Amino acid sequence: MLDLAKYDSLGAALRDGLWRWSEEVCLIEADRDRERSRLTYRQFGRAAEFVAAALEESGFAAGDRAAIIMTNQPKWLLSAYAVFFAGGVLVPLDYKLSAGEHLQLLAHSKAQILFVEYPLWRAILQAPGFREHKLQTVVVSEAPPTADLAGAMRWEEFRGARAAVLRLRKQTDTACIVYSSGTGGHPRGCVLTHDNYLEQCAAVTPVFPFSPGTRYLSIIPTNHAIDFMGGFLMPFTGGGTVIHLRTMRPEFIREAFTKYKITYMAVVPLILKNLQRGLREKFAALPAAKRKMLDALMAVNRALTRGRPRPGLSRALLKDVHKAFGGGLRALLVGGAFTEPATIEFFHDIGIPIYNGYGCTEACTAITLNDQRPFRPDTVGKPVRGMEIRIVAPDADGIGEVAARSKTVMSEYLDDPEMTAETIVDGWLMTGDLGRVDATGHLQLFGRKKNMIVTAEGKNIYPEDIENNFEGIAVKEFCVFAANYIWPQHSMTGEQLVLVLHLEPGHTVNDSLLQELSRRNMRLLNYKRVSGFLAWDQDFPRNAAMKIRRVILAGQIGKQLERGAMVTL
Amino acid sequence: MESIMKTIEQTTDEILNLAATHFKFPRTELQAGDDFYKKLGIDSLQALELLTRLENHFGVELPDYEVQGVSDFHTLAARIQARL
Repeated sequence: MLDLAKYDSLGAALRDGLWRWSEEVCLIEADRDRERSRLTYRQFGRAAEFVAAALEESGFAAGDRAAIIMTNQPKWLLSAYAVFFAGGVLVPLDYKLSAGEHLQLLAHSKAQILFVEYPLWRAILQAPGFREHKLQTVVVSEAPPTADLAGAMRWEEFRGARAAVLRLRKQTDTACIVYSSGTGGHPRGCVLTHDNYLEQCAAVTPVFPFSPGTRYLSIIPTNHAIDFMGGFLMPFTGGGTVIHLRTMRPEFIREAFTKYKITYMAVVPLILKNLQRGLREKFAALPAAKRKMLDALMAVNRALTRGRPRPGLSRALLKDVHKAFGGGLRALLVGGAFTEPATIEFFHDIGIPIYNGYGCTEACTAITLNDQRPFRPDTVGKPVRGMEIRIVAPDADGIGEVAARSKTVMSEYLDDPEMTAETIVDGWLMTGDLGRVDATGHLQLFGRKKNMIVTAEGKNIYPEDIENNFEGIAVKEFCVFAANYIWPQHSMTGEQLVLVLHLEPGHTVNDSLLQELSRRNMRLLNYKRVSGFLAWDQDFPRNAAMKIRRVILAGQIGKQLERGAMVTL
Repeated sequence: MESIMKTIEQTTDEILNLAATHFKFPRTELQAGDDFYKKLGIDSLQALELLTRLENHFGVELPDYEVQGVSDFHTLAARIQARL
């Protein structure tokens, strides 16, 4: 891999990677069982630098911002590299957000340029508020030949006439503005510098080394911090190959393992659980004798790999299982949300090393990583290189808020000094997660201090963000909480949102209100829905600006009502 | 000869039948307006598994994003119907 300490910017490091491994394949685009394209590093560089030239010719200056809204595909990486090459700041947006949310974040980030796929652009065009939005240039990919793009340019036409010139940036310059969540009026745009990324990449790569022939299966969109690191920066600074699978269908993921002889894949817990379920079903269908043999081999593998992973040995012991994973899988990286130890244990037993980690966008991805030496599924591992962690105000059991300090921690939340001051205190990033560090230096997590949940898909949901979905319901006032914020419990899974309703005097939760709540709830994406509601009969405590004082309200509710008072929606 | 065009009701009915079989759920308890995540107790990847099964049955192909945000059988039927 490249010596990243020598570089000041992502553009320069990526360019050198393209030169160094010019004849290696860097990208393969797979759609279900079909392969659409493959590019060498040389071809990638050439294609992206035309885009960078077009950016430069369009007046895009160093430090200007460009957003990407695309699914999991090579043009995401081509656009991103072009933006870095032109000295720009990248704003990766989650394509799964609604068009209205996209517009909100585009406005908040002040992006001048947008790279977007046609179906997503069509949705944005139809969103209320589009007309007021001012984007300098929009580049649309996958547009049908006859489609009216409302003034946007086609990806195929966005080509500069002259060769682009790499615009060098300083380490402290902003590389990306990444929204860790937060629409609904309170976007959290993490400002991450070139140094943040170079440092994180250098810290994690020794655990997952890339070189020509190393293949990373990318199924999580690259706007996700894990894929940006594992499916872009790490392979591209090591000469590896990224296979973009343009679907999350489990059957095609399984097929890609064997077809492309995958070395690494990053997953969120939901995908890991799905793989586990599929394997369990297969194991259960085995004849009794074969099943007995498999169990015995798993027990041997378990005993021999407690201290460290031994991929060669595991492959020899559990040949058929490993064949289904392509035979060359070194690790599955799991992050984005908490993974249950039992799931990690299942894969460990069959000799597929799961490297679970813990991190957040504010820390530029990973804070800790379980390196399997020894196997500790009950923890999220030890701090990555260069990362310090401490437990703030620990209780009698040693559990307190996890704080992290490292060169990878973001500089600020975009245009929000108040939230920045609450989150970065004396140089420490206050994560809002509750944890304990054990005698061996492994971090164990026990829940959250802040009012938020993380889904198994790795989505951070801040309750305030979904409140506008319930605006106008026939109650005096309402708000949404994470259930664990009201009734703290030491759990990182199965988190729920609860809607607290303060009814008008004399009113009850009647059928019409119930129907309205269900209807509104259904409008939300499935992972954003509230699980139930609570009827509360007191005025919400508010500050001088009439904002709800959530800490006080949650405390009052938690004291007077049990979790069982929640009515399922 | 059987008509090639299906009505939305037929499409919905076939989807409900396939969902019931795939997830071993009583067919009589499934309605077109049901939230399939809630009713079947499935996650988004299991919903995609069902979608593949539906694609094979109806001979259509829907990109993942086309069903993003869809959570009831009726809307799913409409998306499939549009491609028939």
